[in-house]
Amino acid sequence: MGFFWTVSATVVLLAITWRFLGSYMAAVFDGRINYLRWLERLIYRLLAVDPEQEQSWQRYAGALVVFSGVAILVTYTCMRIQQHIGINPQHQLDVKPALSFNTAVSFVTNTNWQNYSGESTMSFFTLMVALTVQQFVSASVGIAVAIAMVRGFVRKDCATIGNFWADLVRCILYIMVPISFLFGILWVAQGAVDTLGASVHVKNALTGFTQSIARGPMGFIEPIKQLGTNGGGPFNANGAHPYENPTPLTNLLSLVLVLAIPFALTYTFGKMAGKIREGVALLGAMVLIFSVWAGIAAYAEQRPNPAVARGAAVTHTVVRQKAGNMEGKEVRNGASASSLYNIASTQTSTGSVDSANDSFNPMGGFALLTGMMLGEVTPGGAGSGLYTILLMAVIAVFIGGLMIGRTPEYLGKKIQAREVKLAAIGVLVMPVTVLIMTAIAVSIHAGRVGALNAGPHGFTEILYAFTSQANNNGSAFAGLNGNTAFYNVMGAIAMLMGRFAVMIPCLALGGTLAAKGSVPAGLGTFRTDTPMFSGLVVGVIVIIGGLSFFPAVSLGPIVEQLSTGKFF
Amino acid sequence: MSPEPSGPGSRVIRAQGVAQSRSLFDVEILRHAAVDSLRKLSLRTQARNPVMFVVLVGTVVTLVESIAHPTLFDWSITIWLFATVLFANFAEAMAEGRGKAQADTLRRMRTETQARRLGSGGAEELVQASDLSRGDMVVCEAGDLIPSDGEIVEGIASVDESAITGESAPVIRESGGDRSAVTGGTRVLSDRIVVKITAERGHTFLDRMISLVEGARRQKTPNEIALTILLAALTIVFLPVVVVLQPFGHFSGATVSVVVLVSLLVCLIPTTIGALLSAIGIAGMDRLVQKNVLAMSGRAVEAAGDVQTLLLDKTGTITLGNRMASQFIPAGDHGMEELAQAARLASLADETPEGRSIVALADELFNLRDQKLDERHVFVPFTANTRMSGLDLVGQKIRKGAADAVKSWVVEQGGRIPPGLDDTVASLARAGSTPLVVAEGPEILGVIELKDVVKQGMVERFDQLRSIGIRTVMITGDNPLTAAAIAAEAGVDDFLAEATPETKMELIKAEQEGGKLVAMTGDGTNDAPALAQADVGVAMNSGTTAAKEAGNMVDLDSNPTKLIDIVEIGKQLLITRGALTTFSIANDVAKYFAIIPALFVATYPQLNTLNIMKLHSPQSAVMSAVIFNALIIVALIPLALRGVKFRPVGASSILRRNVLVYGVGGIIVPFVFIKLIDLFITAVHWY
Repeated sequence: MGFFWTVSATVVLLAITWRFLGSYMAAVFDGRINYLRWLERLIYRLLAVDPEQEQSWQRYAGALVVFSGVAILVTYTCMRIQQHIGINPQHQLDVKPALSFNTAVSFVTNTNWQNYSGESTMSFFTLMVALTVQQFVSASVGIAVAIAMVRGFVRKDCATIGNFWADLVRCILYIMVPISFLFGILWVAQGAVDTLGASVHVKNALTGFTQSIARGPMGFIEPIKQLGTNGGGPFNANGAHPYENPTPLTNLLSLVLVLAIPFALTYTFGKMAGKIREGVALLGAMVLIFSVWAGIAAYAEQRPNPAVARGAAVTHTVVRQKAGNMEGKEVRNGASASSLYNIASTQTSTGSVDSANDSFNPMGGFALLTGMMLGEVTPGGAGSGLYTILLMAVIAVFIGGLMIGRTPEYLGKKIQAREVKLAAIGVLVMPVTVLIMTAIAVSIHAGRVGALNAGPHGFTEILYAFTSQANNNGSAFAGLNGNTAFYNVMGAIAMLMGRFAVMIPCLALGGTLAAKGSVPAGLGTFRTDTPMFSGLVVGVIVIIGGLSFFPAVSLGPIVEQLSTGKFF
Repeated sequence: MSPEPSGPGSRVIRAQGVAQSRSLFDVEILRHAAVDSLRKLSLRTQARNPVMFVVLVGTVVTLVESIAHPTLFDWSITIWLFATVLFANFAEAMAEGRGKAQADTLRRMRTETQARRLGSGGAEELVQASDLSRGDMVVCEAGDLIPSDGEIVEGIASVDESAITGESAPVIRESGGDRSAVTGGTRVLSDRIVVKITAERGHTFLDRMISLVEGARRQKTPNEIALTILLAALTIVFLPVVVVLQPFGHFSGATVSVVVLVSLLVCLIPTTIGALLSAIGIAGMDRLVQKNVLAMSGRAVEAAGDVQTLLLDKTGTITLGNRMASQFIPAGDHGMEELAQAARLASLADETPEGRSIVALADELFNLRDQKLDERHVFVPFTANTRMSGLDLVGQKIRKGAADAVKSWVVEQGGRIPPGLDDTVASLARAGSTPLVVAEGPEILGVIELKDVVKQGMVERFDQLRSIGIRTVMITGDNPLTAAAIAAEAGVDDFLAEATPETKMELIKAEQEGGKLVAMTGDGTNDAPALAQADVGVAMNSGTTAAKEAGNMVDLDSNPTKLIDIVEIGKQLLITRGALTTFSIANDVAKYFAIIPALFVATYPQLNTLNIMKLHSPQSAVMSAVIFNALIIVALIPLALRGVKFRPVGASSILRRNVLVYGVGGIIVPFVFIKLIDLFITAVHWY
C-alpha cells in the first residue's frame, strides 16, 4: 500500500472513530450504555464498591493509587513465581526482582517499557494474566482520570467528580474488551499467530542451522496493545514481527487503533462540555503538531543514512539509498510508513515500534524524541493525552485570558492561583524528572556503562530512555542496556512520577473546578473554541517543551545532525 | 469666602488635590527611585519576588567566581546581573514614586490641628485633633479645619474640600440626610456646625488615603498571585534545565563555566515580567488615583476588570438630571412658530435651566434671537400656588405651566380647551417627559415637551461596553414606562424601574448568583448594603460615611460615569501583565540561540550553525544576551507604568493583537537587539 493511501485511509478511519467512538465514550461514562449491566453489578459486588457513590477528588485519587499499587504488586508477584504456575511451555525462569519491579511498574503505568525480550523472558501465564490484563486496566485508568477531570470543568458547585470504580469497570467492559475482541478476530484472520504452543524448531536445509521460532497468544493481545496505547509487545521485535503485525492491513489498523482513543477523547470532551467545538480546538492543536512532526520524520527518513554512506565510503562499496534510510526498517513497510508508525507510537505514549528508532537518521530520531518531550499530548496516551493537554490548555487560558483583561476562565471556570499551581506542577513534573534522571545517569558509572555508543548518540540513548519512561511512552531508542539494577529502578521511578505526579494534580484540578461556580460566557469572554486558542495551546506546548529540552536536545540529535553539516 | 491658605503646602494641595498630574518621569521621582532601588536590596524585600531573588543569588555566585578567578568577562557579567536586580528595584520605585510624592503632600495636611470639643454640659475645650475619639462632638466655624472625619449633627456650612478632591468650588454640608459627612483636613468656609467624630485616630479618611496612594499596605491581588505562581514554576523548571548542563556537558567532554550557566539561567527565567510585575500593580492603582478614585484594595481594581454588569443611576449618570425643552407641539389650529414665539417670550425672564432651554430651542428652530421685547412688560414669576409663569404685555398675557393650572386659567378667561390636548399631555407624561402648556389669553397654543436629556456620548459608551461584554443596567425611581423610554434612548441593556434599596440589592444578588460580577455607584446611606454586596462598589465622596465605608472605592469627584474608567483600568492592569508575561517567555527563544551555541561550540564546533545571529564570539554572545535581558527591563518601564493601551473591542481582536505584538514581537525583538548589542560591544572591543 502506498504511503499516500496509508495516510488517506488513516485519516478517514480516524475521522469516523473520532465522531462515533467519541460520543460512544461520553455515553459510556454517563452510564447510558449498560448492555452488560449484570456483569457490571457482579464486578461491583466482588470489589465491594457502590458505583452510585460519588467521590471527591481525594477519594477518587485514593482509590486509583490503591488500585494501581495492588496491580503493581500482583504483576510483580506473577513474574517472580511464573516458573511454578504453569502455562509456561518455554520453561521461562522466574524474573529477577529489579526487572520484575521495572516491568510491573511499566505495565501498570501504561508505559510498557521493556528491559527484556518478551519471547525469552515471560511465561504465557505472565503475559496473559499479568501484562495483558494491565494493558486493559492501565489504559482504562488513564481514561477514567481524563473523564473525572472533564467532569470538574462541567459540574458546578459540586464536591465530587464521579466514581473511580464505575469509570474503570465501564471503560474496560464497554470500550476496551469489545473493541479488542473484534480486532483480535481480524488479527487472527490476517495471520497473526495465536497459540499457547511452545516454539517450533526448524532446520534450515541449506545452512544446517536449526532455527527456533517463538510463538504465543499474539492475535488477541495485539489489538489491546495498540488500542490502549500500551505498546508492550510479546516479541522483542514488536510491531515489526510478522506474528504481531502480519499484513499491511494490520499495519494500517495498528496505526488507527493507536490514534483512535486519544483523538476521540477530544470529541468526548466537547460532548461533555456541551460544545463540540471546544473539543475541536484541542484536536486542532494535536493534529497540527502531530502532522508537523510526522512530516519531519518522514522527510528525514527519505534521506539516505549518513552512517551507511560513510561506511560505504570507507569500504569503497557503492550503496544506493534510493528508498531512504532503510537501516532498521521492515522492507515490506518502507521508510515513510515506518516513520509514520513510529511517530504515531511516540506521540501517543504507545511506544510500540515497527522499525528501529536507534537507526533513524538524526532528525528522524529528533522527531521521535521531541515528540515525547512535548508531554505526550499530540494526541498522547489513552486518557493521559487529554488530561495533560487540558493542563497545557489551562496555562494557555491563563496567559491568554490575562491578555484580554479578565480573570481567565476556561469553560466558565475561573483559572486562579490554585488552578495555575496544579497545572504548573502537572506540566513541569515530566521535564524536571527527565532532566534530573538523565543528569544522574550520565554522571555515574552505572549509568554511563549502559549506553552502547559514546558521544552525542550515546547521550541521546540515555536521554531517550528517561524521556520515554517519564512520559509513559515505552518506546526504546535501543542501544541502551536497560536491564541493570540502576536503569530498572531509576526507570521505574521515572514511570511512577510521569504517571501519578501528573494524574493527581489533574484530579485535584478537576475537584477544584467542580467546586466552583460557573461564569456565564459573553462578548468579553476569552473564547476557547477558536483556531486562535488552538494556536495558543500549540504555543504553550512547544514553548514549554522547547524551553525545557532545547539545551539537552542540542547536545544529542542536533549536534549529531549538524555533524553532517546541515539541518536536513 | 476664601480663607488664607495656611502654608505653602496647602496651596499646592488646593491647586491640585490628590490628582496632581505630576509626570510619570518627573526628575524628582527619578532621583528618589534611583536611591530607593538601592534601598530595596534588602533580603526581605528581595525574597518577596522569587524570580528576582534567583537573579540576586546568581549574582552572588558569579561574584564569588569573579573574585576567585578574576576575568574581565566574569566581572562584566557580574555587574550586568547586579544591574538587572537594580533595574527591577528601580521599576518598582518608579511606580511608587508618584504615590509617595502625593502621600507626602497629604501628610503635611495632617499636621496637628486644634479641635474645639464640646463637653457634656455644652462647654467647649481645646484639644489636639489626635486626642479625639469616636463619638466626640466638636464645633467648627468659618475658617476652621475640620479635625477628623465625622457627621454633622447640627447646622449647615459650606466646606472647601479641595484638599481632598482638587475641586475648588465649595460644597454644602448639612445635618441629616445624605450630605452630612465631613472629612478631616477640609476647611469650613461659612457658618457653624457641630460634628460628631466617626473615625478612630489613625483611621481617618486622610490616613487611609495616605497609605493607599503610598501603596504601603499593598497586598498581591488574586491574579497577581496566580501569575507569581506561574513565574515561580517557570523559574523552578529552568533551574534543573540549566544545572543539568554541567553533567551533560561533562559527559560530552565540554567544560561549562559556572558564570555562563548562571547567565543562561538568568536569561531564561522570566526576569522581564518578574521585574515589572509589582510595578504594574502599583502603577495601576496610581492611574486610578490620577482619575481621583481611591481603591481600598488592589483586589477591587482587578475585580473591576472582570465586571460583567454595571448598575448606573439614571439621574446624573446617564441623564444630565435637568429637564430640557425638546419639542413644541402646537394645539388646535395654531402654528408651531406661534407657539415657539409665545413660549420664548414667557421664558425670557425665567432663569431656571428649563426656562433657558425653552428660549434656546425656540431660537434654534425659528431664529428668533433678534426679536426685541417690548419695554412695557411685566414678568409673572412661578409660584407654588399658581404653578405657572409668564409675561404680561400690553393687551397680551402669556402663561406656561402645568397642564391643569393653565387649563383652568384659560377657562377662567372664557377660553376653551382644544380637543386632543389632554391626549398629548398624557402621552408625553407616559414617555417620561414633562408637558408644559402654553396659553395666550384664552387661547391654548400648544405644549412644550421638557425631557431629561441623555448625556452626550452615552450611547457610544454603552456600545463600547457591550462590545467588551459588559451589560449596563439603568437604575431609576421612574415608573417602568418612563424608564423604558429613557433606557431605549440611552442604549442601556436593561433597566430597573421604581427602584428601592431592596430591589437594587435583589438585582445584584440575582446577577451574582448567575456568576456575574457587578459594579455600582452610590452615595446614600440606603445604598450602603448594595455597595457592600456589589463586587465593585464605588461610593461618591459627596456621599455619607456609611456609603463610603460600604464601598470598596471612593470617587473623589463624585462622578458616577467614572465606573467605566475604573473598569478600563482594571482590564488594562491584567492585559499589561499578560502581555509582558508573553513577551518575557517569547524572548527566551532568541536567548537560547545566543547562549547554547556559545556554551558548547568549543566541544562541538558544528553547533555554530545554531548561531543564527552570527554573534562575534561565545563570550560576546553571552554578554549580549545578559545585557539585553537587563536593558529590556528599563526599556519596558514606561509600558509597565502606563499600561498597555486598552481598546474597547471584542475579546478576540484584543487577543489577536496582543499575541501578535507581544508574542510574535517578543520572539523577533531580542534577535535584533542582541545582534545590535553584540555589534556594539565588539566594535568598542569590550570583547
